[in-house]
Amino acid sequence: MSRATAPLSVAWDSADIPVRPAAHGALEQALRAGRDHGRKLLVPYVTGGLAVDGGDWLDNVRAVVDAGADAVEIGIPFSDPVMDGPVIQEASEVALAAGASPATILDDLRRADVGVPLAVMTYYNVAYHMGHERFAASLADSGVSAAILPDLPFEEVGPWATAADAAGVETVLLAAPTAPDERLPMVCARSRGFVYAVGLLGVTGERDALASSALDIARRLVAVTDTPVLVGVGISDAAQAVEVCSVADGVVVGSALVRRLLAGEGPAGAAAFIGSIRSALDASVD
Amino acid sequence: MALADPGPSGRFGDFGGRFVPETLVPACQDLEKAFRAAWGDPEFHSELDRLLHDYAGRPSPLSDCDRLSEELGVRVLLKREDLNHTGSHKINNVLGQALLARRMGKKRLVAETGAGQHGVASATAAALMGMECVVYMGEVDIARQALNVFRMQLLGAEVRPAMSGSRTLKDAINEAMRDWVATVETTHYCLGSVMGPHPYPWMVREFHSVIGTEARAQCDERLGGPPDIVTACVGGGSNAIGIFSGFVDTDADLVGVEPAGGAAVGRGVPGVVHGSKSFLLQDEWGQVSEATSISAGLDYPGVGPEHSHLATIGRARYESVTDAEVVEAFSLLSRTEGIIPALEPAHALAWVSRDRAELAGKTVLINMSGRGDKDVAEMMEILG
Ligand SMILES: Cc1ncc(COP(=O)(O)O)c(C=O)c1O
Repeated sequence: MSRATAPLSVAWDSADIPVRPAAHGALEQALRAGRDHGRKLLVPYVTGGLAVDGGDWLDNVRAVVDAGADAVEIGIPFSDPVMDGPVIQEASEVALAAGASPATILDDLRRADVGVPLAVMTYYNVAYHMGHERFAASLADSGVSAAILPDLPFEEVGPWATAADAAGVETVLLAAPTAPDERLPMVCARSRGFVYAVGLLGVTGERDALASSALDIARRLVAVTDTPVLVGVGISDAAQAVEVCSVADGVVVGSALVRRLLAGEGPAGAAAFIGSIRSALDASVD
Repeated sequence: MALADPGPSGRFGDFGGRFVPETLVPACQDLEKAFRAAWGDPEFHSELDRLLHDYAGRPSPLSDCDRLSEELGVRVLLKREDLNHTGSHKINNVLGQALLARRMGKKRLVAETGAGQHGVASATAAALMGMECVVYMGEVDIARQALNVFRMQLLGAEVRPAMSGSRTLKDAINEAMRDWVATVETTHYCLGSVMGPHPYPWMVREFHSVIGTEARAQCDERLGGPPDIVTACVGGGSNAIGIFSGFVDTDADLVGVEPAGGAAVGRGVPGVVHGSKSFLLQDEWGQVSEATSISAGLDYPGVGPEHSHLATIGRARYESVTDAEVVEAFSLLSRTEGIIPALEPAHALAWVSRDRAELAGKTVLINMSGRGDKDVAEMMEILG
């Protein structure tokens, strides 16, 4: 009949989370340089291996770069994407069914020179299963600057961050509206490349209007960090991007772009959409 | 040994942890804090004990199986979780979590369900406490456990289909987590097994430890001590860890039984999905495999992290049985004891029956985690 009373609260021991290296990586350098030039930063998300009409998926990446992306997030599809809504889920299923894997996507990237820094976005098991060192090395080897692992929160990031830091790969951490004030500086202090501000309570997907939480979290973050703050999740069009960039340094645009790719709009459609956001952001700072 | 408090990192050896989107981290921390406080609070225990006794019908009996034992040459005892209100062990955990949710001021429960037993239990607790309840269930499971879908609806819950992936338990968990990411400020995620992010594997184990505590006392009285073997089916592993918890500090062998098509401990490698690190069926790139099992409640490619730990340190071992062996055990228990088991605990019996030569003369305690009403329609088709 043992119902031992556990101690009420035990502080987390963060000793095994390495301190962020002082030097900025290629992604953070590029984003800081853009911000220093008064530019609002635009990072589109493209699902790796997603080629709806049998084309080369890298053409989607090249198209958004030509349309003014400052960096590109490349999704490595995962079977169980819990932070993603229906559009990116579907894109992941389509890409996986077409044979996409971390190896095929990274091989493709190794051969491409897209001209801006790249960050892969995938789920932690992909990195864990391959092995932290091997995954970090294969990113670096493919010319990928950074990794975003949305199910690897600050407390669990230590072993991965140690390997990523050693390989020169920047680990971007997410900051969410639910975080109490004392948590944000800790997350920002470990995030490299940029701080990924989660714009709303929910998973990726388009929304009719900008959530008020997007401006709130951006305000709370820019007050505590000098690292570029980009808002993602829910940013759906040029007007929303401009609105949130009144506070944030930039935006990540995912589902709104991927929906167009799934609909077969291809590189031309991707370029037109991202180009419209680029122009609006540029006009907003003139 | 005793099953330990996994501490602030939520670790059972190398397994466990809290691998969730940043949005959910504060909620998991708050839940851990609330559970630690409640579990040390006599008031919470008396409230929970009263519900378990007056509402769920605990303690559940320990049944000797004379005719079955004679047929197998193994003395079999059943811990009768099938006699609990709602028909399975799941109610133990759900009453605990619903009380906790109420303490935390949350008025909405979301749950995932495979066989529908956890969904029914969650819907029941929500009805009892006047809460809103949404249950995610894979499309495949909605079809094969139609009775439980209707029960949930009758109890006032909304059942939402999970349409992605294998359309079973794994995908229902994905949907429940996505819901929780969007509603975390008002909603408690009532997770149905000893899996997920810290504190769930530990908290759910503690809520089910009542099974082991009762069974240990009942065995002491009936047998004069622990049985030779304690066995239970393992999906996420909640009914198994619940009964194991009463016997880890004895000499009894602890045996978890997995379905052959979802043997995470038997054939998985360490991986991270649904919030914790544990053995996981996955492909060469870490994509999670789709399990296949006749039993919707065990049709899951992962397993709770503490089972991975118990397997690694050798304190428990894990066997697997085929669907055909399970069907046979389902009929065997019905015929010899007048107890129609759920397909999930029929796995544990299937192992005992298959390996009876090796177990000859021993005393085996099986956790009869649920009753078979929900499976009768499916078995009608199979046994025709
Ligand atoms: C009767 C019964 N037993 C067992 C399980 C499997 O869960 P666990 O492994 O957590 O005990 C279920 C799940 O639906 C069930 O309904």
